[in-house]
Amino acid sequence: MAVTQVNPTRMELTRLKKKLVTATRGHKLLKDKRDELMRRFLDLVKQNKELREKVENGIKNANQNFVLARAVMRDEVINSALLAPKQSVSLEVSEQNVMSVDIPVFDYRTRTSDENDIYSYGLAFTSSELDDAVASLAEVLPDMLRLAECEKSCQLMAAEIEKTRRRVNALEHVMIPDTREKIKYITMKLDENERSTQIRLMKVKDMMIKENIESKRDNSDY
Amino acid sequence: MYKIAVMGDRDSIYGFAALGLETFSVADKDEGAKLIKKLAYGDYAVIYITEALASLLEDEIEELSSQPLPAIILIPGVSGNTGKGILSVKKSVERAVGSDIIFNKE
Repeated sequence: MAVTQVNPTRMELTRLKKKLVTATRGHKLLKDKRDELMRRFLDLVKQNKELREKVENGIKNANQNFVLARAVMRDEVINSALLAPKQSVSLEVSEQNVMSVDIPVFDYRTRTSDENDIYSYGLAFTSSELDDAVASLAEVLPDMLRLAECEKSCQLMAAEIEKTRRRVNALEHVMIPDTREKIKYITMKLDENERSTQIRLMKVKDMMIKENIESKRDNSDY
Repeated sequence: MYKIAVMGDRDSIYGFAALGLETFSVADKDEGAKLIKKLAYGDYAVIYITEALASLLEDEIEELSSQPLPAIILIPGVSGNTGKGILSVKKSVERAVGSDIIFNKE
């Protein structure tokens, strides 16, 4: 692997050891984060699915009612009836931090508190089908807003989980084994160096002793 | 203070006006793309969009989905449910888990 590119020095070894400790700790933390995110995500996604089914059914119902309303009233009448809405909905958005993901929390507020303000028309010229249709749509609205919150959170969390998973995998399968390999390489190289120095010393000592003996023998010859 | 927008063909969305949501009837792709950008960078926190229109604006929606706001939520239009909404939930599960573990039971 990338082993060939490291300097086999003690300084590098200490650096790599520190790096390994950090990487292992980071890996553990990220893994915990991933697991917790996943747990929450699965809860949220189940909720999301239920809400979506509910909302889709509700809207389908409302649409049917609107079709009925259109069948008994002329288009222009409906248009003029719905032209100037009395009610208006505004949202207060706050953020909640779940495992470093900022998920939105919607808090909706209607301009008037009167529930009947969704009927923006006099009852004289419109049919009761239109009332039903509007009422059925109003029924779904709270769920629709919860769905919006839930689905957005799911999307954001999915992105974060993906990112975290990649990081965990990169640490686990690339970074940590790589660093281990490098550390092993350096320790071996250092040991090898040490051995060779020792051998060299022994050799030198041997040579010196031999020389000493020889010089003594030479001296005694004369 | 944020507002809520509803985008789609007129027949599918005009009812929402009565509830106090702001409706924008759009039919074609270019107009929709322009409008969704305008709404997203304006003060709209939630944009409901009909499935039919969403299938024309996939790139734009994808781009906006990574931002914290707005939430773009698909709703079935008057022509019926195409299953695209639930598909987007499925997609986020696949993205997070790697495979679909919530919906494949059915």
